Amino acid sequence: MQPVDVVTVGVGLAGSILGKELADAGLKVVGLERGAYRDTSPDFELPGIHDELRYAQRFELMQDLSRETLTFRNSMNETALPMRQFGSFLPGEGVGGAAVHWNGQTWRFLPWDFETRSRTIERYGSSAMPADCTSQDWGLTYAELESSYDRFERLFGIGGKAGNLLGRRQPGGNPFEGPRSREYPNPPSKLSHASGLFTKAATQLGFHPFPMPTANMTRAYTNEYGATMGACIYCGYCERFGCEMGAKASPQTAVLPALLANRNYELRTRSNVVKINLDSDRKRAVSVTFVDARGREFEQPAEIVLLTSYVFGNVRHMLMSGIGRPYDPVANRGVVGRNYAYQCLSGVTAFFEDKVFNSFMGAGALGRAFDDFNGDNFDHAGHGFIGGGYIACSSTGARPIDHHPTPPGTPPWGSQWKKAVARYYDRSVSIGAHGAVQSYRGNYLDIDPAYRDSYGLPLLRLTFDYQPNEQKMSDFLADRCERIARACGADKISVGRRKGRYSIVPYQTTHNTGGAIMGADPTTSAVNKYLQSWEVPNVFAVGASAFPQNAGYNPTGTVGALTFWAADAILKRYLKRPGALL
Amino acid sequence: MKESADRRRLLKQLGVLGAAALPVASIAHELPAHATRPAPGPAFLFFSRLEAAFVDVALSRLIPNDELGPGAVEAGVTCFIDRQLAGAWGAHARNYRQGPWAEGTPEQGFQSPMTPQEIYRVAIAEIDKHCASSLGGGFAELPVAAQDLVLRNLQSGAINLPEVSSSMFFDMLWTNAQEGFFSDPMYGGNIGKAGWKLVGFPGVAAAYIELIEEHGKPYRAVPVSIADVQQGLARLDEHGHPIHVLLTARVR
Repeated sequence: MQPVDVVTVGVGLAGSILGKELADAGLKVVGLERGAYRDTSPDFELPGIHDELRYAQRFELMQDLSRETLTFRNSMNETALPMRQFGSFLPGEGVGGAAVHWNGQTWRFLPWDFETRSRTIERYGSSAMPADCTSQDWGLTYAELESSYDRFERLFGIGGKAGNLLGRRQPGGNPFEGPRSREYPNPPSKLSHASGLFTKAATQLGFHPFPMPTANMTRAYTNEYGATMGACIYCGYCERFGCEMGAKASPQTAVLPALLANRNYELRTRSNVVKINLDSDRKRAVSVTFVDARGREFEQPAEIVLLTSYVFGNVRHMLMSGIGRPYDPVANRGVVGRNYAYQCLSGVTAFFEDKVFNSFMGAGALGRAFDDFNGDNFDHAGHGFIGGGYIACSSTGARPIDHHPTPPGTPPWGSQWKKAVARYYDRSVSIGAHGAVQSYRGNYLDIDPAYRDSYGLPLLRLTFDYQPNEQKMSDFLADRCERIARACGADKISVGRRKGRYSIVPYQTTHNTGGAIMGADPTTSAVNKYLQSWEVPNVFAVGASAFPQNAGYNPTGTVGALTFWAADAILKRYLKRPGALL
Repeated sequence: MKESADRRRLLKQLGVLGAAALPVASIAHELPAHATRPAPGPAFLFFSRLEAAFVDVALSRLIPNDELGPGAVEAGVTCFIDRQLAGAWGAHARNYRQGPWAEGTPEQGFQSPMTPQEIYRVAIAEIDKHCASSLGGGFAELPVAAQDLVLRNLQSGAINLPEVSSSMFFDMLWTNAQEGFFSDPMYGGNIGKAGWKLVGFPGVAAAYIELIEEHGKPYRAVPVSIADVQQGLARLDEHGHPIHVLLTARVR
């Protein structure tokens, strides 16, 4: 095949934005996407898109696990088995990736999150770090990343209220956030009944609630690429669905119209990359091998290879192609696969006899939250854990297969169950804590020795369990959720604490992180602060795979910021002097 | 007839004194009134007549027909499950299905080499056999209290079936029951939008932008299905969202 300047392995959020930025600069870019093309019209049209069974239960927009999955075990002394069906998390597939079916909650991480290790030790001493914790500083600060956050928020039309403009507190916003250079591009979302109740109770208790930052357009919006997104009408079908209104920011709505019009860019769908080929001294990627829809194998030569798949794809490509040394948890050496982390959720459902909420109305990022117990926003002395999470009440749309909560003590089925479902479907409110997960020596990704995908290639193996730090944090946050539910005047409360080992069975969240982490030291990170492979400098791995540990926030805002940060590094630094930037 | 320990335990749990001596016939005469399915009955793609009867009876206990409205059977959930089993999901077409197979830990999730089609077929036969040998009749012929107990013991895993985990089968049946009761009627269940009406869910959403801040005013509408929109039975707004017909007058 004709050599190109850049190939992106995956055309989701990172792949589409990098494609656009680099094609605009005159580079020839090919985007290879393993899945199909899909767009607002015809794929997400009414009425078919409002089909809970097809999209939310049968996972129409997600990865086809019959072709590729991963294997999972809780610890190194178990045998990993394949994730045969969806549960804990839902990686996407096809153009737009998981940024098609996401909710749109678009956070910035706290300045503290980028310097977790050094700031923890500075404030609490090195004994405060949990046992076997490998959380570390990012090698990049919030201040360095601020303009990239800003750029991504403009591109995706994020609605919200600033709490800190250039160091000055702003009423109505999040007082704990890092300084912003300017206000959000769009106003906050509307206030649902449930989040109104939550806001009042949280304020009474002395907390500082604010509107959750949202990629559900709070008004019609045109971004710097000339893409216009419609206003969200609060239909309640966001998470696991595409948006019929084009009102949820995604590659389809915010990037692709301009990208596909650029003659420097070519999108190839149903093209599954199976290998990144290195030159003989393994210091340079020369091409990628992919298999097309007919099963034909091609080699695409490129000057720059951008790994822009989901977390698992990025790490698997690096491991299978020998880009960076695989992590060995026994020796605690090597980098690729190191510091896999996740999210730790807990919360309560509050039931009310005298209130109805019209819970089926909603939007993916419609809600109010407070950050008083996130990061290091409170004194952790005596609590026995580090980190935290935001506490929120969101109204994402109560679709009835998934959502029909019953108060504690209700029989699991039968007439009494039916009565409780009828009574409480619209008389309940969820208050959730979105907890961080630190990285540990035993939580990692590597290549599975037994199981293979439909191309005959080995699956990725995930080894993960929650550690005492996360358990303590999650109990602490669940207690606060319960206090708020009481202050809301709930008649009955069901507390959902995190318990026992991590299980891949119940859905938790699609916020998998790490495995190709960034850092200042090549012995403990796979990529440098510019997302560039330390060992193969014409390969960049962009995405949540670069998070050294996970913060108490949804990851997409930071993934978007890192994408612009990497684009800038390639355009302003790498192209001038191709090679290792550090 | 050899009295099994299971049967004695079960009858004891039911509170039937002197159960060991109780003739089978005295249980059989307490047959539940057969739930009526809407006429004409659906053609089954997958289930045999006996399997459909088993599922009917199980569903009539899980989501019963009562004063609140139709239950799962009346809402066509048997037909829903039958169609799901006959389709891609019934063959776990999008599951990873390569070996080697191992049971694994509970945290590792579903690991059965059997498809839902096989699980339903085998489990129903094995549960009927279990009921016949320990309770003196097939599941569908038992009195409702015994049926409930069998379902509870399936759910808890207390009943040991030879080839299938009883709790895995129960979880699948119960998940499918809820899916059928609350999914769009085009899949064969939720007939008359019975599940949606029970909870007040309006189906295909309208534009709620002007309504979401009307706190404390219940919005209750005649539910709209996908077919209603496709077949022109619902009025639509400029973006193609249905204009709901409200069930209660709202003060704006």
